[in-house]
Amino acid sequence: MSILHLCNYLEASASRFPERQAAIDPDGAALTYSELNDRANRVAGFLVDRGVRAGDRVGLVLPKNIHALTILFGVMKARAAYVPVDWSSPADRIRTILSDCQVSAVFVDSRRFDVADVSDTVIVLDQNLDEARNPSELKSFPWETVVAHAPYSADVEARHSDDLAYILYTSGSTGIPKGVMLSHRNAVSYVDWCTEVFQPTEFDRFSSHAPFHFDLSILDIYVPIKHGARVDLIPDELGKSPRELASFIAANKITVWYSTPAILSLLAEFGQLNKFDYSALRIVLFAGEVFPVKQLRKLTTKWPSPAYYNLYGPTETNVCTYAPIPLPIPESRNEPYPIGWACSHCKALVLDPDKQPVSQGEEGLLYISGPSVFSGYWARPSETAAVFIEREGVPWYNTGDVVREDPADGFIYVGRRDRMVKRRGYRIELGEVESALYRHPAILEAAVISSPHPELGVRIICYIAAQEISRPSIVDMRTFCNDHLPAYMNPDVFIFVDSLPRTSTNKINYQALIQMFNSA
Amino acid sequence: MTTENMKEEIRQYILTEFLPGEKAANLRDDTPLRTSGILDSVATLRLVTFVEERFGIQVEAHEASVENFDSINSISAFIESKKTGAS
Repeated sequence: MSILHLCNYLEASASRFPERQAAIDPDGAALTYSELNDRANRVAGFLVDRGVRAGDRVGLVLPKNIHALTILFGVMKARAAYVPVDWSSPADRIRTILSDCQVSAVFVDSRRFDVADVSDTVIVLDQNLDEARNPSELKSFPWETVVAHAPYSADVEARHSDDLAYILYTSGSTGIPKGVMLSHRNAVSYVDWCTEVFQPTEFDRFSSHAPFHFDLSILDIYVPIKHGARVDLIPDELGKSPRELASFIAANKITVWYSTPAILSLLAEFGQLNKFDYSALRIVLFAGEVFPVKQLRKLTTKWPSPAYYNLYGPTETNVCTYAPIPLPIPESRNEPYPIGWACSHCKALVLDPDKQPVSQGEEGLLYISGPSVFSGYWARPSETAAVFIEREGVPWYNTGDVVREDPADGFIYVGRRDRMVKRRGYRIELGEVESALYRHPAILEAAVISSPHPELGVRIICYIAAQEISRPSIVDMRTFCNDHLPAYMNPDVFIFVDSLPRTSTNKINYQALIQMFNSA
Repeated sequence: MTTENMKEEIRQYILTEFLPGEKAANLRDDTPLRTSGILDSVATLRLVTFVEERFGIQVEAHEASVENFDSINSISAFIESKKTGAS
C-alpha cells in the first residue's frame, strides 16, 4: 500500500512540472515546483542538523508568503509536525501554544522576537535582522543560512501515513487553546476527496486566503500542489481589503476561490465586482460559518458563472459534508443552505443524547467517522476521550453541532448546545473570552454570551461586574481585550452591572443574561 | 462644516456603531482606534463607507490605512486634505 504523505504531492509535482510556478506572493515573488522542493529539502536539512527528529513539533510565527509555505514542507520533510500560530496574536497566547506542544524549533518574523524564547532554535525571517531586538542569549539563525544549507535527502521509505503533519490550535473552553493533531493520512484522504469532486488541473490557480493556522488552508495549499497548479498566497492585510482583493482575483485569473462567507460578503458589498473580469473563476467554495442567504444571493448575482459549494467540517475532521448550491438563488429563499451530505471518504450519523440514532428529520448531534478524522488533542487524553464514541468497531467524533437530516437536501445545521460560537469562520469558546476578562485587575465577575446579528452573524456580549472606584471605560476594555485575545475574539459589547444573575445553585445564570440582552 | 463638528459626527458614529454604551468623553480625539482594537478590519470598512457618504469624498483602497484611520484627529485631517485636494 502506498504511503499517504503530503510531501509526496510536492515531490511528484516537482518531477512532473519542475518549471511550473508552484506559489506566488502578491508582489510577484514566486517559486517553481523545482525551487520549492529544493528549498524545502534545505529547510529540512537545517532542522535535522539542529536536532529536530521525527515526531517533533516546529512552530511558525510568520506572515504568509512563499518562505512560510516552503517551511511547511521543510518541517514535514524532516518528519516533524508544523504548528502555525497567528503571528499577530498577543504574546502570551503564542507562548502558551508553543510551550504546550514543546516545539523544538520556531520560525519567527523579526517583529515577533518577543515570543522567541519558547525554543532554543529560533530561525528569523526578515531582512532587518540587525535592527531587530535580537536578545543575545537566543540561538537565532537568519533565513539565508537555512536556505543555503545542504539539502536533506529524505528516506521516503521511513515516512508513515500516521506521522503527525500539523497541529492546529483552536479556542479552548477553559481559556487555554487546545491543539488538534492531524496526520498525513487525515489530510491526504481529504485532499484526495477534493480531487474527485473539484477535478483540479495544473492550469488552475488557487487562492490561499485563510491563514495557515486556520484549517481552510489545507485545501488551499495541498490540492494545488498535488496537481501542479499555482497557489496565489494572500497575506492578512490584502485578505481583509475587499476592494484590493477584488482586483487581485481578476488580475491573477484565480480559478478556485475558498474562504469564509465573511470575506465573500464583503467582496459582494464593497468589492465593486462589476469593474473586473472574472471569467477565469470556475469554483467558489465557502466554509466556517453560515452564509446569510441575502449576502450569498448578492455575491452570486455579481459572480454568476462559477460553481458554488458549501463545505462543512470542524478542524478535527477536515471537511466532512458538502452541498453544491444551485443557481440562481430564488428571491423567495431566506433559510440558509444545508451542509449537505457526507463526503465519500466520511460517514455521518445523527444521534440523540443517549447515543441512539434519531428518526429522519429529528434533531440530534452530528457524529463523523473516516480517515480524515483527527487522532486527538495534544496532551489532553481526557478531552480527546470525551469527544469520541465507539460504534460498530470504529471511533466516531462528536462534532457538537446539532443537525437534522432532510431527505432531499441532506444535513441542515441547527446550532450548538454548548458555549462555542463561530465568528468569521473561527471557533470561539466563550469561556476563553471570560478567562481573558478575569485577568483585568478591576473585574470582579464576568460572563460572556453571544447574540445573532443580521450583518455581523453573531455578536459577543460581555457582562462585567467591576469595582466601582476603578471601573474601566469601554475603550479601556476593548484595548485590554486586544492585548489578551486574538482580534476575532474581541467582544462587540461591554455592559457593566452591579452583580451577575445567579441560579439557585449559585451558578451564573446565562439564560437570564440572554433574556436581559434581548429585552434591552 | 467646522473641524469640530466633523469630529463630533465621527465620534458619534463610532460610539453608536462600535462602542455602544460608552461615554463620549472616553473616546478622545487622539484615542487610537485601529491599534487598540476598537476598530477591526470590518468595522474600518463600515467607517470608511460612512465617511465617504457623509462627507462626500472617495477613499481609495490604499488610503483606508492605519495612518489615516487610527484616531478621530487623523480621520478628520484626512477628510480635510481630500476636500482641499478635490476643490
